[in-house]
Amino acid sequence: MLDPDSGLSLTIARIVRRLQGSSLHSQLERQARVSLHKPEIKLESLKEDIKDFLKTSGWEKKLQNAVYSELNVFPSPCHPAAPPEHMKEPLAYMRKAQGSWEKRILKSLNSMCTELSIPLAQKRPASEQKELLNKWNEMGTDEPDLSLFRPVYAPKDFLEVLMNLRNPNYENGEQPSFRNHLGLIQVPLKVKDIPELKEDFSELGLNTGQLGIDDSAQVPPEFFENEHVRVGQKVLAEQDSAAAQQYVRQGCPTALRADLWALILNISNQPEDILYYEQLKSNVIQYDLLVDSLIYKDVKLTASNDDYYFVFEDYLYQVLLCFSRDTSVLEHFTYSSATPPKSYIRGKLGIEEYAVFYPPNGVIPFHGFSMYVAPLCFLYHEPSKLYQIFREMYVRFFFRLHSISSHPSGIVSLCLLFETLLQTHLPQLFYHLREIGAQPLRISFKWMVRAFSGYLATDQLLLLWDRILGYNSLEILAVLAAAVFAFRAVNLMEVTSLAAAEAVLADLSTLKVMPLLQIFLFATVT
Amino acid sequence: MGAFLPSEEEWDFLWCDVSWLRENFDHTYMEEHVRICHFRNHYELSRKNYLVKNLKRFRKQLEREAGKLEAAKCDFFPKTFEMPSEYHLFVEEFRKKPGITWIMKPVGRSQGKGIFLFRKLKDIIDWKKDGVRTDEQKDETQIETYVAQQYIENPYLIGGRKFDLRVYVLVTSYIPLKAWLYRDGFARFSNTRFTLNSIDDHYVHLTNVAVQKTAPDYDPEKGCKWMIQQLRQYLTAKHGAGSVEVLFADMDNIFIKSLQSVQKVIISDKHCFELYGYDILIDRDLKPWLLEVNASPSLVASSQEDYELKCHLLKDTLHIVDMEGRLTGKEKRVGGFDLIWNDGPVSREGNLGAPVNGNFMANTHLGCYNDRKQQLKQLFRTLSAQQTA
Repeated sequence: MLDPDSGLSLTIARIVRRLQGSSLHSQLERQARVSLHKPEIKLESLKEDIKDFLKTSGWEKKLQNAVYSELNVFPSPCHPAAPPEHMKEPLAYMRKAQGSWEKRILKSLNSMCTELSIPLAQKRPASEQKELLNKWNEMGTDEPDLSLFRPVYAPKDFLEVLMNLRNPNYENGEQPSFRNHLGLIQVPLKVKDIPELKEDFSELGLNTGQLGIDDSAQVPPEFFENEHVRVGQKVLAEQDSAAAQQYVRQGCPTALRADLWALILNISNQPEDILYYEQLKSNVIQYDLLVDSLIYKDVKLTASNDDYYFVFEDYLYQVLLCFSRDTSVLEHFTYSSATPPKSYIRGKLGIEEYAVFYPPNGVIPFHGFSMYVAPLCFLYHEPSKLYQIFREMYVRFFFRLHSISSHPSGIVSLCLLFETLLQTHLPQLFYHLREIGAQPLRISFKWMVRAFSGYLATDQLLLLWDRILGYNSLEILAVLAAAVFAFRAVNLMEVTSLAAAEAVLADLSTLKVMPLLQIFLFATVT
Repeated sequence: MGAFLPSEEEWDFLWCDVSWLRENFDHTYMEEHVRICHFRNHYELSRKNYLVKNLKRFRKQLEREAGKLEAAKCDFFPKTFEMPSEYHLFVEEFRKKPGITWIMKPVGRSQGKGIFLFRKLKDIIDWKKDGVRTDEQKDETQIETYVAQQYIENPYLIGGRKFDLRVYVLVTSYIPLKAWLYRDGFARFSNTRFTLNSIDDHYVHLTNVAVQKTAPDYDPEKGCKWMIQQLRQYLTAKHGAGSVEVLFADMDNIFIKSLQSVQKVIISDKHCFELYGYDILIDRDLKPWLLEVNASPSLVASSQEDYELKCHLLKDTLHIVDMEGRLTGKEKRVGGFDLIWNDGPVSREGNLGAPVNGNFMANTHLGCYNDRKQQLKQLFRTLSAQQTA
């Protein structure tokens, strides 16, 4: 076991390494240099005075936020002798499963490419470039022929893979019974039970004010809402990431949400960020990628058909097309169990010098991917800021929903958590559904993979995502899924087929997320 | 309703269309308890040329009585001229502002029919008074009355698209004026992106669902509406709660002032009530404009959500009309309707008619949470308890 001191020094070393040479670093240096002209900086106490200056001018806070961001995103280091793949995924059989899954996806992509004789990437002719530039703000009006394209995979294909995951070191010779797990996921990962969840999510308890419950029409705003808004404004004034993260556990007021999320994700939309986005945009204009068609198809099939998100169609293209070309996203593969697919320049198959990541950001979109972006359009209207927020959300959270790993926020753990919660607290319902061939995970999987986007009403979804950011974990998705089943348990007990069960759970748009979570965690007899 | 001829049968409650009204109202005897869903001369509000006349007159009156500041509160209607009768006045205004876009709307039609945009006078030569047509030509073809209105060139856009709002206001009496505002409503989006370049493209500029339905990329499954609650949330996230409250207060002002402007001309009749569909456009400065008032708002549903909205709207309308005589008349809220004017502004706090201490907060909740079922349950429980007591 790693002793706490060396663990800490490793972490510090890593953070220093990552922040060194960043724009924040050069800005701090510049600020320090500028401060030398100020009268309060004295030569005798130079170091102390500069430190004080940085504190009062708010620069220390910015550094704190950057450090906090690093701590949130990167996992704590494992043993110094552990190979880098352990930071991606410590369990060998998971790594192997992820590898085979990736091979399948890439094969599917390549065969589509060969079938349609479309190259994976090609430069656009000048006339097409000009046309695209003119239409940049209304790409949704384009109606390319996408009939031959199919999504590379859909969530249900992924579920099949997860169902077949097995730990080769774990022999479960027993017949399935109530003693062991009855669900679809058959790997022995540790998941939390309700007492542990109650502790982790203590701010969602019955005695703490929540937005989504205590701001309802019947409750006078003096009880909770007004004060909460005041605290929120103060947090924003202080520009403190850590405080913001703690604050949003009780929900964000609508008017403050955009700024609070940006603060937690440490997005400040600096000129260099805007420039970077513009560079990505020019990359889109110049080069056409096969995945672009997949993105178009996905947006047309999902977000454009949504009653509320259809309005944001154009923004989705502006974000997702740039996202595919963003090589800075490759950084997240150091802590993701996934590996970016490699492709070779034509005719140079196997020769490493001619290998490129494809797509450039290493992420192949699947059916429903655009739904990760759609809710953000409610909050951010400036394309470069919207882009950065989405990218940060992806590399912190969403990537875990479609890669095979043992991480507690990974989709495998979420599925197992969901099934365990349901089996433990609603065993009759679970057994009944299983008997009629309606394994609960078959219905709730798609909710969790999409982080409920497109299934809940927008305001409820945003309240849910507040808590994802606040707790820096996706476990709440599994808890909500179980809470939804608990809520509709009476109707579900009466159904006799998978189709009927799907019908009972088809429409979640009227659900109120916070009361459901509170009842499930804090008001159910365990 | 089948082959039911209201003029021949006896009825207590009639939901009729305006053509029936025009033909039969004047010679139909109605007993005390009978209710009908239109006022005799509703067109004072719903026909665009009458509305503009009434608003102009009301504005002048306000200026005389209460000064310029108060009169300016009536500036929510874009500059409008009746054609062909006000052709020359229009030309004067047209010349003052060269290059802007104008919109021509037939006064009597609905669903976006007959509307077009123009920038040059030659496009509307037919409406020139004493034009080159001979007297015979004039007798043969009656030129339909239109209004020429200043086109709002900077509408608020969401996702690059223009939208307008449909809001429902129920008037149960004009003298005294008693008006209710429904909490739900919707924003209707144009299917195409807004640009001033294509003024011939109806699909860009007209947001009526009827017009959008014929657009080439219209997908009926898609639906191009947002509930007002969504819009309110979106605007709050973008502009903050303060600006949005001002916007909605300005909309309340539109409803009240427009009704006040016709208060004295509408033939008041205790049998009549009317459910109006207000069309509002918001511009980029978050100022609301009144486009028109519909006395027969469409009750056809374009989606499940729409269907529910309209069913609930009708149910609550019937609750307020109160054929069963259950209400006391002191209610400030019935289902999704909030009483916004009762011969004077209605405050959120306190009982109806009681003096208000402290800050006055209007009893309007457009775009707010609509827990009508619960409210109705409570209301009728209280009412029946009071009756048995």
